[in-house]
Formats: sequence, C-alpha cells, structure tokens
Amino acid sequence: MKEKITEIFTKFTDERDNLIPLLQKIQEELGYLPEESLKEVAKFLHIPESEVFGVGTFYSQFKLKPGGKKTVVVCRGTACHVKGGARIQKDIEKMLGVAPGETTPDMEYTLETVACIGACALAPNVVVDKEIFGQVNARKIKEMFAPAETGTTQD
Amino acid sequence: MTFEDIRAAAINEWDSLEKSDQVRIYLGSATCGRAAGAKTISDELEEELQKRNISAVITQVGCIGSCYLEPLVDITKPGKPRISYGNMTPKKMVELVDDYIVNDNPRPDLALGSIGEGSVEGITDFFQTPMLKSQVRIILRNCGFIDPEKINHYIARGGYSGLVRTLTMTPDQVIEELKKSGLRGRGGAGFPTGQKWEFCQRAPGNEKYIICNADEGDPGAFMNRSLLEGDPHSVLEGMVIGSHAIGASQGYIYCRAEYPLAIERLKIATDQMRKYGFLGKNIMGTGHNFEIVIKEGAGAFVCGEETALMASIEGKRGMPRPRPPFPAIAGLWGKPTNINNVETWAAAAVIMQRGWEWYSQFGTEKSKGTKTFALVGKIERTGLIEVPLGMTLRSIIYDIGGGVLDGKEFKAAQTGGPSGGCLPQSNLDSPVDYESLAAAGSIMGSGGMIVMDENTCPVDIARYFISFTQGESCGKCVPCRLGTRQMQKILQRICNGNGEQGDIEKLQKIGETVKTGSLCGLGQTAPNPVLTTIRYFRDDYEAHIHDKKCPSLTCKDLIRFYILPDKCQACLICLRNCPAEAILGGKRMIHVIDQDKCTKCGTCFDVCPKKFDAVVRVTGEKLDVPDEPVPMLAGKA
Repeated sequence: MKEKITEIFTKFTDERDNLIPLLQKIQEELGYLPEESLKEVAKFLHIPESEVFGVGTFYSQFKLKPGGKKTVVVCRGTACHVKGGARIQKDIEKMLGVAPGETTPDMEYTLETVACIGACALAPNVVVDKEIFGQVNARKIKEMFAPAETGTTQD
Repeated sequence: MTFEDIRAAAINEWDSLEKSDQVRIYLGSATCGRAAGAKTISDELEEELQKRNISAVITQVGCIGSCYLEPLVDITKPGKPRISYGNMTPKKMVELVDDYIVNDNPRPDLALGSIGEGSVEGITDFFQTPMLKSQVRIILRNCGFIDPEKINHYIARGGYSGLVRTLTMTPDQVIEELKKSGLRGRGGAGFPTGQKWEFCQRAPGNEKYIICNADEGDPGAFMNRSLLEGDPHSVLEGMVIGSHAIGASQGYIYCRAEYPLAIERLKIATDQMRKYGFLGKNIMGTGHNFEIVIKEGAGAFVCGEETALMASIEGKRGMPRPRPPFPAIAGLWGKPTNINNVETWAAAAVIMQRGWEWYSQFGTEKSKGTKTFALVGKIERTGLIEVPLGMTLRSIIYDIGGGVLDGKEFKAAQTGGPSGGCLPQSNLDSPVDYESLAAAGSIMGSGGMIVMDENTCPVDIARYFISFTQGESCGKCVPCRLGTRQMQKILQRICNGNGEQGDIEKLQKIGETVKTGSLCGLGQTAPNPVLTTIRYFRDDYEAHIHDKKCPSLTCKDLIRFYILPDKCQACLICLRNCPAEAILGGKRMIHVIDQDKCTKCGTCFDVCPKKFDAVVRVTGEKLDVPDEPVPMLAGKA
C-alpha cells in the first residue's frame, strides 16, 4: 500500500488544493481510504491530519472502510422518488440485509444511495458497478439480487 | 493558422460527412442513451454491417432530448434527409440494416421523423412533431447533431466565431453586449450576467478567476450533464469570452464526479482548444492568456453554493461562508472571482456569436432568451427541452410533454429542485419566467421540472425534499442544521399517520425561521418545498393529520391493498409476482393479501389484468374481505 501511495504522490505537487484530487486518486487505486493513507497525505501536503480527516469525512464520495466486490447504488433523485425509488431501496435493503453505507458480511455487495444520477427519464434507476439499470421494479430487483448468498447477479 | 483557415478546414470536414456518398449513422450516446442500451445497439449494428460488407460512417452524438425514445439511432442515406428511429432494440436494428440500408425501404412504421432538407413519404419532419415543434433550441442546437468529441463539428456550425468577435472588442464592449442581451444567471437565482461580470471586472486586483459551476446537484435535473456531454465546446467558448471580458487568466470547471462522461468530454475538448490556440498563452495571437482546470466534485450538494464550491476547489470542506464580501471582490483564494452556471456560459457564447439583438428577441420583457428544462416524473414524453422564457406551464406540460402519464390528472409541477416549490393546477396558465415562479413561491432553479399526478402525495414530496436537504446540510449554521431536522421529524410523523394538531403551524414557523436565519442558499431555500405544498395542498396535510388518510394513496403506512373477492378470477398472476410472497390462494381459490406480510409495493395492483381490476388500494378504511383463500363461487369462469 505504502508503495502505491508513494507512487501516486509523484504525480502531484504538495499544494493544498491537491488534497481532494489526491484522495480521489488513492481511493481509485485502493478502493477506499485506509487511515494510514490519510496520515501520509497530511505529511505530503504539510497540513494537520485533522484537516485531511475532515475533508475525508465531509464528502460522501470518500470511503474510510473497504467496500464489497460490487457496489449497488440506488438513485434517490426526485424523478426516481415519484416513480417508487424509496420502495426499491427498501426492497434492496431487505434483499441484501444491509442499510445504505454498509457492506454484506460476505463482502459481496456494498449498498449506497446517490442524490441523482441524472438519468431521470429512465427512473427509477439502480446502478451496479457503474452499469445503469433503468425502470427497475420490485420484480426486477428480486431477479437481480435474489441469490445474494451466492453472489451472482442476473440482468 | 488563422481562424479563417481553421474554419474552412472544419466546414470541409463537416461537409464531407454531411454530403458523403456513404451511409451515415448517428448513435445517441449520452449517459441516458447508454443506460437505455445504446452500446448493445451499436455492437449489433457494427456486426450487421460487417456481415453484409457495408461501409458506413458511424458518429456518436449527444442527446437530442427525447429521452423517452432512447436508444435513438439516425440514418442518412446519400441524397436523403436524416431519419430518426427511437426505442431501438437489436432486432429493430437488424431490420433497419436490411430494409433501409440494404434495400430502400425507410420503414415509416419505425421512424420518428426526418431531419433536414427533403422529405420521405410517410415520415413527418421530426421538428414538426409535438415534442419538438414549440421548442426553441439555442443552447441545445448542437446536441444530437455533432460529435461532441470533434471540435471541427462545433466550429463548422458557427462555433468560436463568438470568441473571435470578442477578441476584437474591448472588455467593456463585451460586458455592454451581455447587458443588452438581458441574459440572467441560469443557475437559478437569475442575477443579470452582464452586471455580474462588470462587478468582477471592476474589482481591484491583477489576479482574477472565473468558474463554471457544473455541480448540478438538484435531484431530477440533468440539463448541464446533457449539454456538457453533447456540446462541451459551447460552454468552453463562453468561458474564454468571459475571461477576456473580466480579465481572468485562470478558469475552473467544477463538475460532479457522478458525471464521468461529461468530465471525459471536457478534457478532450480543452486539449483540442489548446491545439487550435483557443486556450493557453497568447490566445489567437492577441496576447490574452487563459487556462482552464477541471475539478471533480466529491459528492456534496452544498458545493453548488458558490462560496462552498470555492472552498472545495481550495481543497477544503465545502462549507459556505457569509457574504459580503461577495466572490466578485474576494472569491477563490481571496481574489476577485466570477462564477456562472454551465448554461449561462453557453448562452454568453451564443450571444457573442449572433449578437444581443438576435438573442433578446426570445423570452419576455424581464426574462430574455431560452431556458432548458429536464421534464421528468409522471409525464408522457420525458426529456430535455428548451423553450423561450415566458411559455406557459400548460404548453410545456401538455404540448411538449404530451400531458400527464397514463391520462391521469395533473396535480403539480415541481421546479427548482430542493430549493423550489410546487406549482399547482391554478398555475398552469401562468408564464414560466423568473418573476412568475417567484410569485408562486417557487424558483426557476437550474431547470428541473418534475410533474406530479393525482397519485403523488405532496406531503411525501415535502418530506422527501427536506430529508434531502437535511442530509446535505453542511452543519455550519444552526437554523439549517437543526431546523431542517425538526421539519423532517414532523413530516415523517405526518406521513406515518402520527401527525398532531398544530403540526402545520409548527412547520410554517420553523420554515420561516430557517429561511430567514440560514447562512447560505441551501438553508434559505430548503423550506420552500414544504411551505409551497402547505400553501397549495393544505387539505392533504389535514387529511394525513386528522383523518389518517393519504388522499394520493402514496404514504405506505396509511394505505392498504385488497383483492376484491367478487372480482378475483384466481388467475395466480399477482400471487406469482408478489415479491413479499404475501398473497395466498391457488387454482380456483380467491386470492387474499396477508396484510402483515404486505410491503405495499403495489406490484399486485400493477399486474392484475385490467379486465379483472380486482386489486384495490384504499386509505383510511378496512375492507371486509376474507382472511383466507376461499373457493370461487360456482358459475364463475
């Protein structure tokens, strides 16, 4: 991990406004932001660890814990809401047995919500690993996640 | 190379595509097209063409805005107008290759319309179809037509001529032109753009910044995404124009990380600009220097607020600060900064291309020009539209949008996202402009327009928006942090059927306090969805609180589903489809819903064949139906 972070640092200068892009790059490489990496970033940018931690916890994009193999994101935009997005979210929560922000114990799925992905015409939407599934309903959700224990996804 | 040389080469490239003797195929490949399956269509197309040994020019274009018809494919055969086909499937694609490309049958049964000169029998002009007919597409003129990754396409259609003109003018002349055009900020507040530029231009200081706010955070809005994905150069041209007028040498685009395709296309576009000398040092030989940096947001709605956005660019937590000083005096790193929305920059570019007189012919006295809207929700034709300001809500919803989905009754249109409000039926005939929307208690906002029908509960919508703003409140100031929390708690209990006498008044009182006392735009507008729904739909609130009823049949805790024994034909459809396995019954046994197991997802209601119509949704009452499946009466089918 340390080598990876050091390598990332070579692509950045130590200016303060690089903090967010740096954290984004580290998360892209490691999948999340380990505590150690936050400390390294603080040293690299010559700022207190508390500031790095403050930024890391402020933005919803940053994860301080490792996530599952697949990330399921339920869109909670207005168009999705009026077309039943809240129920879709509840169904998925029930199916996977986790709340938004949590990961299934088998580390298969991490469930998240997003304010809006901007694909409102296809509402309600669910994104699995960056692939958008539009016009989902209770039945489609069941098909997508029913065999959650075995971790297979069907389209 | 002079601009004339660049333009001649660009027109040449565009013409060779437009007048090519090959078949041209245009694939809608913005995010929504991709989500609807554009990739599968494109794979299928390439395979079919290869099988038949046909060479064709395939161009990836942005979104024409008819999202409900995605995936869209356009085909142009030499000497024929372009024909659009919607809701494509791999099967339809194969048919079109055979029927139209190989043979010469344009399949009018599958076509949406033709575009451009000439006509094809049986196919109407696409721009005369109801959705496009009353639109005025200025900002979106190139979306769906050009390849957004080719700067020459943009230039061939008049692009960067506004920049060239700007560079022959003094900054004061440019600002004057903007002022005369009547352009107002498209981010929502509607501040006159020319005046805003002037403030920053006149501010003391040698180092100035400009920012493009592409942190389109309003749920239900995707105008900026579509524009950046479909025509990024129009926004960038506007920024370079602004840099000259304001005297800035550094610009930033702050774009949501949720829009990866927009970011990718912006990066491609800025690289192309540098090659042509539209960006960088000594722009077009005039001595003007300007650079653009693209900053990715990290998922915080509050960063759409200008002072929070600047804090985020500086690498800090995105928390707003009090104004004054305004960004025009002390913005990014304490220097004078001008910040505009994506659409405003694009409008500035087109104004400089075509002149203020041309632009100001559209719109109303006080609200000039056009505005893009994301028309979504319970509407027949969802999509991205652009209309002159001042058009009535009715024209937008019924003429362009085709009316409420499934012929249901219009209840309200929500504009301005979490900062806006609901416009009820009585507002259908008022014009959509800055003043009229404000008078109705809403705001123009960035352009989200969500249509609600009789089955959308205004109380639930208010709860939804306040939960959103509550979650996104940065927590810096007390009225926003605690006020929205209290409002959310009250709305939650009303929706759950635990509302109390006096809750409406409490909501109003807290709402007014949050509006007056909050530090930034997020808190100052957060109560709007609640206050406007109380203003227009007070009866719904009363019904939830006093009668424990949800008249729109939406709030889960206040509704129940039943299967009517005299209508049920024991067809097993609902039973098989119920995701909660809450339906009991069998062959020739009337089905029954186990109310304890029912999650009220509504699947049974949706799947019950219309001819039976046996599932009902009720509020505030219990129906006297059997608890257990009973045999069907003799003599019934």
